[in-house]
Amino acid sequence: MINTHSVDGPVVSGANAFMAGATETIHWLAQRLSHRLMRCRQPQFAAGASALASILLPVVGARADGPAQTPSIFAPVSTPAFAIRELAMFVLGITGIIFLVVAGLGAYGLIRFRRRRGDSGQEPPQVYGSRQIELAWTVVPVLIVAVLFLVTARYIFAIEQRVPSADTLEVTVIGHQWWWEFRYPRLGIVTANELRLPVSDPAHPTPTFLTLQSADVIHSFWIPQLAGKTDVIPNKTNRMWVEPQQTGTYVGQCAEYCGLQHAGMLLTATVLTRDDFARWVAAQQAPAPEEAQALRGRELFASLACSSCHTVKGTSANGVFGPDLTHLMSRSTLGSGVARNTPENLRRWVEDPASLKPGSLMPAMQLSHDDLDRVTAYLLTLR
Amino acid sequence: MTSVGKAESMGLDAVWRGRIGMIGLIVAEASLFAVFVVAYLFYLGKSLNGPYPKDALEVPLFNTVCLLTSSATVAAAVRALRRGQARRSGGWFLLTLALGVVFLVGTAREWYRLILGHGLTIGTNLFGTTFYALVGLHASHVSVGILILALLSIFAYSGALWPAHVERAELAAWYWHFVDGVWVVVFTVVYLVGR
Amino acid sequence: MNGLADSIVPGNSEDAQRSWLAALHDWVVTVDHKRLGIMYVVTALGFLVVAGLEASTMRLQLAWSNLHVVSPGTFNQLFTMHGTTMVFLVGIPLVFGFGNYLVPLMIGARDLAFPRLNAFGFWILLFGGVLLYFSVVGGEGLYGAGSSPAVGWFAYAPLTERAFSPGNATDYWTLAILVTGFGTIATAINLVVTILTMRGPGMTLGRMPIFVWEILTISALTLLILPPLSAAQIMLLLDRFLGAHFFDTQAGASAVMWQHFFWFFGHPEVYILILPAFGFASEIIPVFSRKVIFGYVTLVAASAGIGLVGMGTWAHHMFSVGMGSPLNSAFTASTMLVGVPTGVKIFNWLGTLYGGKIRFQTPMLFCSAFLFQFLCAGLTGIMLAVAPFDWQLTDSYFVVAHFHFTLIGGLVFTVFAAIYYWFPKATGRMLSERLGRWHFWLFVIGFNLTFLTMHVPGMLGMERRIYTYPADRGWDVWNLVTTLGVPLQILGVLLFVVNIVVSLRQGAPAGNDPWDAWTLEWATSSPPPPYNFAVVPVVSSRRPLWDLKHPDDPDGPHE
Repeated sequence: MINTHSVDGPVVSGANAFMAGATETIHWLAQRLSHRLMRCRQPQFAAGASALASILLPVVGARADGPAQTPSIFAPVSTPAFAIRELAMFVLGITGIIFLVVAGLGAYGLIRFRRRRGDSGQEPPQVYGSRQIELAWTVVPVLIVAVLFLVTARYIFAIEQRVPSADTLEVTVIGHQWWWEFRYPRLGIVTANELRLPVSDPAHPTPTFLTLQSADVIHSFWIPQLAGKTDVIPNKTNRMWVEPQQTGTYVGQCAEYCGLQHAGMLLTATVLTRDDFARWVAAQQAPAPEEAQALRGRELFASLACSSCHTVKGTSANGVFGPDLTHLMSRSTLGSGVARNTPENLRRWVEDPASLKPGSLMPAMQLSHDDLDRVTAYLLTLR
Repeated sequence: MTSVGKAESMGLDAVWRGRIGMIGLIVAEASLFAVFVVAYLFYLGKSLNGPYPKDALEVPLFNTVCLLTSSATVAAAVRALRRGQARRSGGWFLLTLALGVVFLVGTAREWYRLILGHGLTIGTNLFGTTFYALVGLHASHVSVGILILALLSIFAYSGALWPAHVERAELAAWYWHFVDGVWVVVFTVVYLVGR
Repeated sequence: MNGLADSIVPGNSEDAQRSWLAALHDWVVTVDHKRLGIMYVVTALGFLVVAGLEASTMRLQLAWSNLHVVSPGTFNQLFTMHGTTMVFLVGIPLVFGFGNYLVPLMIGARDLAFPRLNAFGFWILLFGGVLLYFSVVGGEGLYGAGSSPAVGWFAYAPLTERAFSPGNATDYWTLAILVTGFGTIATAINLVVTILTMRGPGMTLGRMPIFVWEILTISALTLLILPPLSAAQIMLLLDRFLGAHFFDTQAGASAVMWQHFFWFFGHPEVYILILPAFGFASEIIPVFSRKVIFGYVTLVAASAGIGLVGMGTWAHHMFSVGMGSPLNSAFTASTMLVGVPTGVKIFNWLGTLYGGKIRFQTPMLFCSAFLFQFLCAGLTGIMLAVAPFDWQLTDSYFVVAHFHFTLIGGLVFTVFAAIYYWFPKATGRMLSERLGRWHFWLFVIGFNLTFLTMHVPGMLGMERRIYTYPADRGWDVWNLVTTLGVPLQILGVLLFVVNIVVSLRQGAPAGNDPWDAWTLEWATSSPPPPYNFAVVPVVSSRRPLWDLKHPDDPDGPHE
C-alpha cells in the first residue's frame, strides 16, 4: 500500500486529487497575485499583498521542488510522509464532516430556540431523554471509531514494519545536546547536522534506514517532509526509514525539549541524485586535506584541547564529544543550523561559541588573536 | 418538597465516613506502592553490575511471620475493645507494636548486612535502587503504623480509650492490615519472584 | 446574617480596624467548605493571572523570528512554570474549589465530612504554590542567582537528573507538586466520603446534580492516578539526592519509564480537569434553556466511561517513543474510544437546548462558546489519536493548540460561566451583565484568534518549546497573528476582575434564586448561612425547586 505514493483507494485518490488541484490552483493564484502586485506602484500595498501571498504560499502552496524551507506536513516528498498525509486527509475528511454536522446543529439550535421578545414566560415542554436517540448517537460514533481505527492500524503496521534489504543505506543518528551526529557505518563516514541522502526512484524504491540513539537526554528526529518524528532516547535504539522521491533540501529540527538550546538543534536533509550522492560519499570518505599554509593551524588544533573533543580523519585528533570536523566546510551551517558557515562566523564560533549559540557546550577557547586566525584558516581548509 | 424536623441523611451511616475515608487512603497508598512494584519488576535482570538478588538476598521468614502475626494481634485488640476491655486491648496494641518493631529491627539488620557485607546501596545498581526504595517505602509506612499503635496503647492504658472509640480504633487496624498486605506483595515480588 | 461582601469589605462595620483583623482571622482559621471553596477559586484566579503573564511574555518572544525579548534560559523557565502553574495551581484548585463550595449545598449537607482535613488541603496547596515560585529566587542554591525549573511541566527524564539539571530548580518543581498532590488526595477522599454518606433526605445517588457526579468521578480518579505521579517524583528525588538510578540511563535505566508513570497520571489528570467543566455545562445549559437536562443517566454513564477508559489511554502521549505497532494500535483504539462518551455528552447538551427558550445571559454565552470550542478540541483530539498523524503533529504547535482548546476553550470558559452563575449565590450580589458581555466578546475573539491560528504553524512543522525560530520557515505571520489575540484576552480578564471587585460592593442584590434554577443550592439564602440550610429540604426528584414551582407537574414520575 505504501511502496509508492500513487496506489490509493478511490476515496483517498479523489481526496488527494481534490487537494492537489486546490493546492495547485491556489498556488497559481497566489503567484499571479504577487507577480501582479509586484508591479504595483504603491510599495506599501505591494508589500502587504506579497505578505498575503507569503501567507497563502506556505500553507497550501508548499512545493517540494527547489529549496522548500517551510516544512509543512502536507508537502511530503518521502514515502512515510506521503502515507501519513493520505491517512491525514481521510481523518480530516471524517472529522470535518462531523464538525460541520454537529456545529451546524448547535448553531441552528442556539438561534432557533432562543427566547423571543414578548415570550409568555411559560416553561417549554420538558423532555427528559429518548432511549432510541441516545442509543443511536452512541452507536454511530462507535462505528465511526471502528472504521477509523481499522484504517489507522493498517497504516501503523505498514509504516513501522518496513524492513530493510541487504543493500539499504543505513545511517546512525546520534542526538547530542545540541547537535546531530550522523554516521554511515557501511561507508565509513561521520558527519554532523546536515544529512545527505540519495533520491529514491518510485519504480525501484531505495529507502534509507535510520538508527536513532542518544548520547545524553531525549531528543526527537523530525523532518516533516520526510517522515513523522521518532524520539531519540538514551539507552534505547529506535529505527525509522525515509524514502525521498525528489531531490532538494528539507528542513526540520529536534522535536523533544532537551535543554537550553533545544531550539538550536536544527536539521537539514539534502536529497541528491544517485551520482551526486556517490560523489559526496567519495569526498567524505577521503581524509582531511593537508594544505601547507594551514600547517601551523593544524598543529595548534592538535595540541590544544580541540582534538580531545573533535575528530579530523587522517590526523591525531580523534575526540568524540563534539562533531566530526573532517569535512567541516562541506556543511552550510555552523552550530547545528544557528549560523551560516562563513569564515567570519567560523572565527566567531571558535572564539566564543556562546556568542552564536548561548549555552553551547563548547567552551570559549581563549585563543590569542593570531592563534585564532591560524586555527580558523586551518578549519577553512577542511573541505 | 416538604421539610421535616429531623433530617436523616441518605446513603451510608455516619460510621461509614471514617471507613470510606480509610478505604480511600488505602486505595491511594496501594496505587503508590503499585508503581514502585512495577519499577522493581521492570528492572529485574537489568542491573549492569552486581550484587544481584540471588547473591545478596536471604528470605526474611522470621520477619514476615512477625508482621503477619501482628495482624492477628491487632484484630484481637479491636475485639477486646469492642467487648469493653480497654486495658486488655492496650496489651494487644502493645504486642502488635512490638512485633512491628521487631520487623523494623530485622529490616535494619538485613540492610546492614547488604550494605556492609555485599556492598549494595541504593546507588550501586538498579537492583539496589528499586530494592531500597520499595522496602524502604514499606518500612516508612510500618513506622507510621507503629506511631499510631503507640498512641492507641497510651490511650488504652491511661483510660482514654473507650468502647465508643472502637470504630476509630478499627480504622487504625485496617491501616495496619493494609501495611501487612503490602508486605505480602513485596515479599512475593522481591524474595520469591525476583530472586 | 451579613453577606459575604460585608465580611471582606469592612466599611459597613462599626470598628473598621478591628473588623479587618477579625475578618482576616475568620478566613484564615475557617473550616467552612464555602469559605475554603472561595479561597481555592480566588487563589486559582491569582495564579491564572501569573501564568497568563508568563504566557504573554512567551508570545511576545515568539511574535516574530529571531526576537530577543527574553533569553533562551528564561523562555524555558517560562514555559515550564506556565504549564506547571496552570495544571496544578489553577486547574486543580478551580475544580476542587468549586466542588468544595457546591457539593454540600447541592446534596443537602452542612459541610464536607472532614472540615479540618479540608482546610489542610487548601493550605498545603497554597504552600506548594509559594514553594514553586520561591524557586525564582532560590532555584540555583547558594552558588548562583535563583532560577525556576526549566524542564517542562512534564519534566522528562533524564533531563531532570542532576547531570543535566544542576542546582535546585528541578527540586522546587518536584517538591512543590509532590506536596500539593497530598492536599489534592486529601480533598478527594473528603469529597467521596461526603457524597456517599452525607446526602440529605430523599437525595439518592440518582437524584444528585450532574456536577456532583462529576466531582465523585474525579475524586475517585484522583485516588487512583495521583499517587503514581507522587511515586515518580519520589523516585526522581531519590535519584537526585541519594544517587539512585530510577531514570539514570547510564546505569541501564529506562527514560521511557518516567513517561509511562507520568502520563498514567497525566492523561486522567486532564479528565479530572474537564469533567467538572462538563458538570458546569450540565447545570447551566438546562437553566438557561428552561429545560431539564436531556438524558441524565446517559450523562452519568458517560462520565464513568470517560473516567474508566481514560485510564487506559495514557501512552497516546508516547506514540513517537518507539513502543511498537501493537501498543501504538492499542492506544489509538482506547483514545478513539474515549472520544465516544465525550461526543455523546455534546449531543445531550444539544438535546437540552432543542425545544428550549434560551436566555443568553453571560453564563450561557460562555457555555455556548464552550460547545463549539470543545467540539473542535475533541475532533483535533481524534486526529491526534491516529498514531501516524500524531507522529507528525505531536510535540508541535498543533498539540499546543489542541490542549489549549480543551483547557481554555473547555475548562476556563465554563469556569467563567460558573463564576457568573454562582457568584450571586456566594456573595448575595449579581455581577454586571454589561461588563460580562464585554468580558465574553473580548475573550472569545482573542482566544480564537490565538489558538485557532496556532494549529497552522504546527502543521507547518513548528516544534513546541522553542524559544525562537528561523526566519525562513514561513512561521512568522502565523505567530504574529497568534500573539495578537493576547491583548484581547488580557483585556477581557481585566474587565472580569473589575466586574468582581465592583460588584462586590455595588452589584444588584441577588436574592435566593436569581436565575430561576432548580437545584438545592438555590433553596437557601445568598450567601448561605454557615450551616447551609436551617432545615435540610427533603427531595423527591432531581430538580427539587422545579417540583416546588410546578407542583402540578413534578419531575419524579418522568425520571
